[in-house]
Amino acid sequence: MSAAPIDLPRWADTALVPLVSVAAALLVAGLVVIGIGENPLEATALLLRGALGSAEGIGFTLYYTTNFIFTGLAVAVAFHAGLFNIGGEGQATVAGIFAALACTALSAMPGFLSVAGFLAAPIAILAAAAGGAAYAFVPGWLQAKRGSHVVITTIMLNFVAATLIVYLLREVIGKVGSMQPETPDFPPQAVLAPMHQLLAPLGLKLPATPLNSAFLLALMALVAVWLLIWRTRLGYAIRTVGANPRAAAYAGISPAAVTMVAMAISGALAGGLAVNEALGVQHRLVLDFTAGYGFVGIAVALMGRGHPVGVGLAALLFGVLYQGGAELSFDKPTITRDMVVVIGGVLILFAGALDGLFRKLVALALGRGGPG
Amino acid sequence: MDWLQTLAVVLDSMVRLSIPLICAAMAGLWSEKAGVVDIGLEGKMLVAAFAAAVAAYASGSAWVGLGAGILASVALALLHGFAAITWRGNQIVSGVAVNMLAAGLSVVLGNAWYGQGGRTPSLEGAARFGELTLPFARWAREHVPVLGLFYDEVVSGHAAPAYLAILCVLATALMLKRTRFGLRIRAVGENPAAVDTAGISVAGLRYAAVAICGLLCGLGGTYLAVAQSAGFLPQMTAGRGFIALAAVIFANWRPWPALGACLLFGLLDAVAIRLQGVSLPGIGLVPVEAIQALPYLMTIILLAGFIGKATPPKASGIPYVKER
Repeated sequence: MSAAPIDLPRWADTALVPLVSVAAALLVAGLVVIGIGENPLEATALLLRGALGSAEGIGFTLYYTTNFIFTGLAVAVAFHAGLFNIGGEGQATVAGIFAALACTALSAMPGFLSVAGFLAAPIAILAAAAGGAAYAFVPGWLQAKRGSHVVITTIMLNFVAATLIVYLLREVIGKVGSMQPETPDFPPQAVLAPMHQLLAPLGLKLPATPLNSAFLLALMALVAVWLLIWRTRLGYAIRTVGANPRAAAYAGISPAAVTMVAMAISGALAGGLAVNEALGVQHRLVLDFTAGYGFVGIAVALMGRGHPVGVGLAALLFGVLYQGGAELSFDKPTITRDMVVVIGGVLILFAGALDGLFRKLVALALGRGGPG
Repeated sequence: MDWLQTLAVVLDSMVRLSIPLICAAMAGLWSEKAGVVDIGLEGKMLVAAFAAAVAAYASGSAWVGLGAGILASVALALLHGFAAITWRGNQIVSGVAVNMLAAGLSVVLGNAWYGQGGRTPSLEGAARFGELTLPFARWAREHVPVLGLFYDEVVSGHAAPAYLAILCVLATALMLKRTRFGLRIRAVGENPAAVDTAGISVAGLRYAAVAICGLLCGLGGTYLAVAQSAGFLPQMTAGRGFIALAAVIFANWRPWPALGACLLFGLLDAVAIRLQGVSLPGIGLVPVEAIQALPYLMTIILLAGFIGKATPPKASGIPYVKER
């Protein structure tokens, strides 16, 4: 086996290798479906019909896609700086807490809401972004200044956030008299408009789905991240530090500063998950709203090769799998939606850890095996 | 003597809660000492718990369950090894994959086979590890003051895998420190090139370490499902693999201090359970979440170098590439 880098044409590297690993991951999922005694082709047909077969299905699919765009971008931005942010779950949790605090404060100011209610939603969104950014800045700072590795700190902080939200929902910001761990409803001015209401004036009649204007924010985030990484000075600094921190330092870029800034941006993007879930759908903060989306974001970023176009497509794939998986589990109770978690795990393995193997396979298939 | 009884009960529950942590921490120690970072301890324990519960239910024997748990966990460990050692993939990425795979697969298969939302049917009789009473435990409780009570309550009365786990700590400490194999494992984690130069296979040693890591996670997971509980519940490891990882870091990658850290984290857990809903004078209702978050916070503070210093093996996380 050769340690030399495998030369692949650009199109193969950016498109073919991810496609092959996705196909292989879906194949593995198909084998699991066969293993539990169901027909994978029938399951695929049901899944696709559930996700894309109706306007309602598409609405749900895009709602899930929104979550994956945010968490995928969060992981991708950190990747560009050579950082592995596994803390999306924790950052989104803290973002939700900040958004809830902002909404609580806004509820206490009915005068402000009646005069400048249009500012409430932007304030809540900014609070979420700030919460996520702050909670990611901490591990960034710890790595840059104290030398503790971002991976371990973000894992630990995920658990700290999980206990923090339990405490806050029970003791501090929880709804009085409710047995559920949840906050009171957010003020109506602070929540995001559902898409079916937003598009109604344009003559578009859409069924009511959780899809809301956070989806538009996610699309904007895709463009903004592309601009940031490839068209700005900061993006250049981030990519340079990611490629070679010592060369970056030699060129006058501070790896410490870039580490902290990149982590903060990554955390702010993870906060988008709270925007979609808490401000967009639930209109209050509930426990466990992150529901593993942060971890699937790792699969999305790896599959999308860290590029916004790839992240968008990968997020759409997972949106289809999530919505289709939910519909599928109605028809086939033996196939639960946890199947998507399996596919995510296999994809992370294939597109991330076993990338070398898949590059080698593609190279061999293209007749570029090379020596060794 | 009432408070003595309470203390003994809390310590007993500390031991019970520590056992899975101890297994996973020793597992992590083997892997990391050999230079393979493993954040997939959680996933391996989960898969082991699932496989053990399934096999114990099907066969009616807890020991068959233990065998199945270890097999499943070792298989997952070797998958991590294949990605991290043979293909020099990112070890963190591979660990995340292992965790997700375990979380998803255990629920999907469990639900398909038993239709109880991922739970396995509850285990009874010989399908579960019973509590072993050590010799003289009852006698000592009646005839030896204080120590007898602690012997009976804390030391005696645990399931067989718990005693196996303690033996594993002893074996880990002795093997890593005193045997040629242990020396080589430590060397491959510090300076793989030197090991390679001596004509010893780096990949072989790392695979061995990863397999031992799988075995120990298998023991821990089996204890959870077949001894502590009577069956598998979705996500029943609940972060214990990560607390074990924290214990390894906290102990600076040494076996005996890792045992101490696991017991400490187990004690925190036991105290948190005990204080649930209890109101203390001066403090009021105890914020149990603060106690639960302590292991994680302590690890972060330690890693940041505010109390002592954590020094991982030099080559940990770095795939070995032969020079040419």
